[in-house]
Amino acid sequence: MRIVVSIKQVPETTEVKIDPAKNSVDTEGLTRIINPYDTYALEEAVRIKEASGATVAVISVGPEKVDESLREALAMGADEGFHLSDPAFEGSDPLATAYILARGIEKLGPYDLVICGRQAMDGASGQVGPSLAEELGLPCVTFVRKIEELKEGYIRVQRMTDDGYEVVEGPLPMVITVVKEINEPRLASLKGLMKAKRVTIPVWNASDLGLDPARYGPAGSPTSVARLSPPPPRTGGEMIEGTPEEQVRILVRKLRDAKVL
Amino acid sequence: MIGKADARNIWILIEHRGGKVAGVSLEAIGVARKLADSSSQEVWAVALGPGAQALGADLIKVGADVVLTAEDARLDGFRDDPYTDALTHLVTTYKPSALIVGATSNGKSLAPRLASRLRTGLASECVDLEWDAAAGNLVAVRPMYGGNVLATVVCPEVRPQLATLRVKSAPRPEPDPARKGRVEKADISGVELRDRVKVLEAVETGGGEVKLEEADIVVSGGRGVGGPEKFSVIKALAEACRGAMGASRAAVDAGWLPYAHQVGQTGKTVSPKVYIACGISGAIQHLAGMKSSDIIVAINKNPEAPIFKVATYGIVGDLFEVVPLLTEEIKEASA
Repeated sequence: MRIVVSIKQVPETTEVKIDPAKNSVDTEGLTRIINPYDTYALEEAVRIKEASGATVAVISVGPEKVDESLREALAMGADEGFHLSDPAFEGSDPLATAYILARGIEKLGPYDLVICGRQAMDGASGQVGPSLAEELGLPCVTFVRKIEELKEGYIRVQRMTDDGYEVVEGPLPMVITVVKEINEPRLASLKGLMKAKRVTIPVWNASDLGLDPARYGPAGSPTSVARLSPPPPRTGGEMIEGTPEEQVRILVRKLRDAKVL
Repeated sequence: MIGKADARNIWILIEHRGGKVAGVSLEAIGVARKLADSSSQEVWAVALGPGAQALGADLIKVGADVVLTAEDARLDGFRDDPYTDALTHLVTTYKPSALIVGATSNGKSLAPRLASRLRTGLASECVDLEWDAAAGNLVAVRPMYGGNVLATVVCPEVRPQLATLRVKSAPRPEPDPARKGRVEKADISGVELRDRVKVLEAVETGGGEVKLEEADIVVSGGRGVGGPEKFSVIKALAEACRGAMGASRAAVDAGWLPYAHQVGQTGKTVSPKVYIACGISGAIQHLAGMKSSDIIVAINKNPEAPIFKVATYGIVGDLFEVVPLLTEEIKEASA
């Protein structure tokens, strides 16, 4: 069995500043990490590998520095890394990104399962997993919290819903997106990192992937970001003083005045 | 692809089960009404599967001009495959300008697949939607970077413009019994609906409790609660408020409450009328999941806790003293 894990490299913090001149988020100088949600995807793939001998391929779209995240994924237990990189990919929206990823996954050869994190910590669209499934022509199950059974051509999982979960089955190959509840990701070991340095990671650009120029970058992205703004600051910040009894009485009065009780 | 000139009207996909419409679908109708009124378009509520027809009158009362139904047994219960096929057929037949879907676990699974199928743009988890009359575009505002950045997203050329609307980001419209509208039945019996994934069982956890994302009042506990059995204090307050119980990541990681209760960046995003944070310091990851609440109440021993910077009302004190008093006071006030 071959499992593909799609990862994204993101800034390590969501405390970012907006650069109004460039209409972009200033992430210059921030340490870049594997999207935390994707580490659950990676961990799950490595656990399957350890339990039943699968190989794990990790793939990512992005600039040169994404190489570091791919190597970190190898150090966590992935076997192969694939880097999709082209300056012309910049400005791709989630739809275009899913297109690029799908062509990359098709190029890396036969596979049984694609695992993604439920969303990225930065853009937070949660779009790439299901869109990727559509681009690959595959079924998709989102928000997976447990893989109950996985065998040749078949998977059964628990999918989180808004009021609980459902047990879902389907054929492989399939795309699943996973939630935090599924496992506790390991850290990359120092030994693993040293070993990962020596692995060759192919870098594929738009022409290597045979992409349609009308489907990536700004030209291939139906959406664009017109404006970025900080959220409105919260007002208030009133501290209620007094004995606990007084504090509680004042609070309840205020909540009643606001007609929320 | 559907071009701008050919497309008209704002569609809402109605999520329904057992004759009941999801709250966010009603909220979306309210939003769509505003968009349609400012651009001389109609609001179409699209209800699929068995039971769709019966929803018609109520959907018109809350603001739909047209209720488009497809009562096909193959659409009983949500699966993204058949829903994508059915909606693709309906969208290419009727050519709406925009399609709004609730950002539920089902909506968030369906909308990206549909966007890719139609090769159109999707703005996810929107907290505000406006209509730019001059440009003829939907203007979608969505949080990024854990709520630290609001992005205004447009899809200027391709139609329909897709958006998922975050739960409780808009008020529910009041029904108006005098409102008029029509129900249009679509026949999709000849449309092939793929169905590769099978739902074997649906399990509701925490049955009887108010849903976290839907609750008007959320009472959450954090590290300061100190242990699983001590959450009874938080639960009692949540029940007195007829609200839902949440937890910080620290409390969930400690195993005190299941993940389903987790509020924050890696958990659920809530936006209730009142959020009461008890013994929660207020790490940015937690704030990301609750800071758009209307009123935030913080109860914490440590006056320096960052939660007080976002709190509307702060009480410095021992939660085991304050919270039970508050529970009693609220019980009395609502008695």
